[in-house]
Amino acid sequence: MTVAIDRATGKRRGDAPRPGLGQRLKHGYQKHWYAYVMIAPVVIVLGVLVLYPLAYGFYLTLTDANSLNTARTIGVNEIEATYKFIGLDNYADILWGETAYDRFWSHFLWTIVWTAACVALHYTIGLGLALLLNQKLRGRTFYRLILVLPWAVPTFVTVFGWRFMLADGGIINSGLEALHLPTPLWLEDTFWQRFAAIMVNTWCGVPFMMVSLLGGLQSIDASLYEAAEMDGAGAWQRFRYVTLPGLRSVSSTVVLLGVIWTFNQFAVIFLLFGNTAPDAQILVTWAYYLGFGQQPRDFAQSAAYGILLLAILIVFTSFYRRWLNRNEQQLAI
Amino acid sequence: MSTTTVETSADVTEQRSAGRPGRARGRGERGPLASLVSHGVLIGAGLIALFPIAWLVFLSLGPDKDDYLHPGRIWSKMTFDNYAFVLQDTNFFDWLKSSLIVSLGTTVIGVLIAATTGYAVSRMRFPGYRKFMWVLLVTQMFPVAVLMVPMYQILSELQLIDTYLGLILVYCSTAVPYCAWLLKGYFDTIPFEIDEAGRVDGLTPFGTFARLILPLAKPGLAVAAFYSFITAFGEVAFATTFLLDDEKYTLAVGLQSFVSEHDAQRNLMAATAVLIAIPVSAFFYLVQKNLVTGLTAGGTKG
Repeated sequence: MTVAIDRATGKRRGDAPRPGLGQRLKHGYQKHWYAYVMIAPVVIVLGVLVLYPLAYGFYLTLTDANSLNTARTIGVNEIEATYKFIGLDNYADILWGETAYDRFWSHFLWTIVWTAACVALHYTIGLGLALLLNQKLRGRTFYRLILVLPWAVPTFVTVFGWRFMLADGGIINSGLEALHLPTPLWLEDTFWQRFAAIMVNTWCGVPFMMVSLLGGLQSIDASLYEAAEMDGAGAWQRFRYVTLPGLRSVSSTVVLLGVIWTFNQFAVIFLLFGNTAPDAQILVTWAYYLGFGQQPRDFAQSAAYGILLLAILIVFTSFYRRWLNRNEQQLAI
Repeated sequence: MSTTTVETSADVTEQRSAGRPGRARGRGERGPLASLVSHGVLIGAGLIALFPIAWLVFLSLGPDKDDYLHPGRIWSKMTFDNYAFVLQDTNFFDWLKSSLIVSLGTTVIGVLIAATTGYAVSRMRFPGYRKFMWVLLVTQMFPVAVLMVPMYQILSELQLIDTYLGLILVYCSTAVPYCAWLLKGYFDTIPFEIDEAGRVDGLTPFGTFARLILPLAKPGLAVAAFYSFITAFGEVAFATTFLLDDEKYTLAVGLQSFVSEHDAQRNLMAATAVLIAIPVSAFFYLVQKNLVTGLTAGGTKG
């Protein structure tokens, strides 16, 4: 009865004939009650702070709530909520309604491009730098400290640094002009806004990848490289057949984290452009704009975007896990 | 003697440029060229990493708000006036106080609530375990947009908009599951034999947790605490929306207010940015190594 740690013994259970339902419930309660007590605080917090708002938010997506018809207090007057239930109209409107392309699909495509480009850049640059830092090199610690800097300084600070640099007449355009190169309007022209957003986010995100992958590289057994070399493997082959497989578990985790974080990246785009760049908004910032950046605030649509975003992420994560499991890759996250 | 050295190195370079392998090298040794390339790339990357921040520091020394357009002029009139102004005549310390209250509140609540859960999911397999882990995972990938609208409605009904408590509660919705996840990863690295020994000596599961595991898990708790702190400190979306009074702004919101309200006082903004960045990054460097171990351990251990 005291065997709480049934990881080791778990497989041995099941020899005995299966008891009845009541018996099992009682047994389960006796065996696991302390586990349930221990997770209770988190369950309660999640229920109150996550599930209830989520359910309430989902309910709002089925209404036409906006800042003009929700309950609010103006001075001493309390105004009752007058929004009404409209079913799935919000979702239909977002996905198939008139101008759905401009409102949803264009942002959706841009979000996909944004996520893919950023994570690919994070990963390749991070891996490259990690490989460089993993060799015996003078000043390695110093390089590492410098390269981690974009992660160490809060994003909301560094983004403003970038804004000064990218501004028209800022240092980047002055530099480009001095080199007689074209000087794009980084913060005004849609293409260059997107380019700048990816650039800034790449700058912010590489250190995390680099440090994680460096940790992964250092945990690869050196004797594997020796063995590969004995078998006559060249540098590329050692990288392909020793380094990459050795990094697989770290990679699968950081890529998933990277995708989730980038997809949800709010601060970079919001602080870089504010409300000035409707076409460079990814879905998250666009949903924020609908709900809080315009008047009247469209709460219902904003919440509906939120639910759609969550659905996209959950579907992606499920496929990702399945895809990894196909390769017999363990991933707890 | 010196002649020989020169000859040898020239020899090696020649051989490398011809594409033939040089003399057999030991593992981990590289030719001077490869080493040079490594240093070159790292220096380049280092400059890119450093430059935007260095630039911010440089601009913060220029007294006029348009100095960022004429950086050359700053050299001749460098001054710390911006810093003096920010510290004396803005709400900087109010913002700092708000940031600290909110971040520390989130951290303490997050770690306290999550600790037992992290232990339970690390050690025990109970019915519903997989579903529970799935919920913990899914809550970590909530986009801000999902909870913002309902939270705004609920908090305004409870009169918690524009209060620290409201913001702390919102942050806990992500901090708590995240801490639980992170701590599970750390508890997994503590040998199960310790639990068994405690149990044999007659401790209850709670006793084992409180007396044996918790003291051993201090580094893990520190990482979880630090991570919640950093996340709450740097959060932008909720803070921008839920805080209305400019004395209650967190630093993340206060920094933005330089652009909108005071017609873009970029010099002051840069000075504030530097004032925020210095302590945070110093703190970051102190704990950075543990942070990464904690993050990836949580993910890779089943």
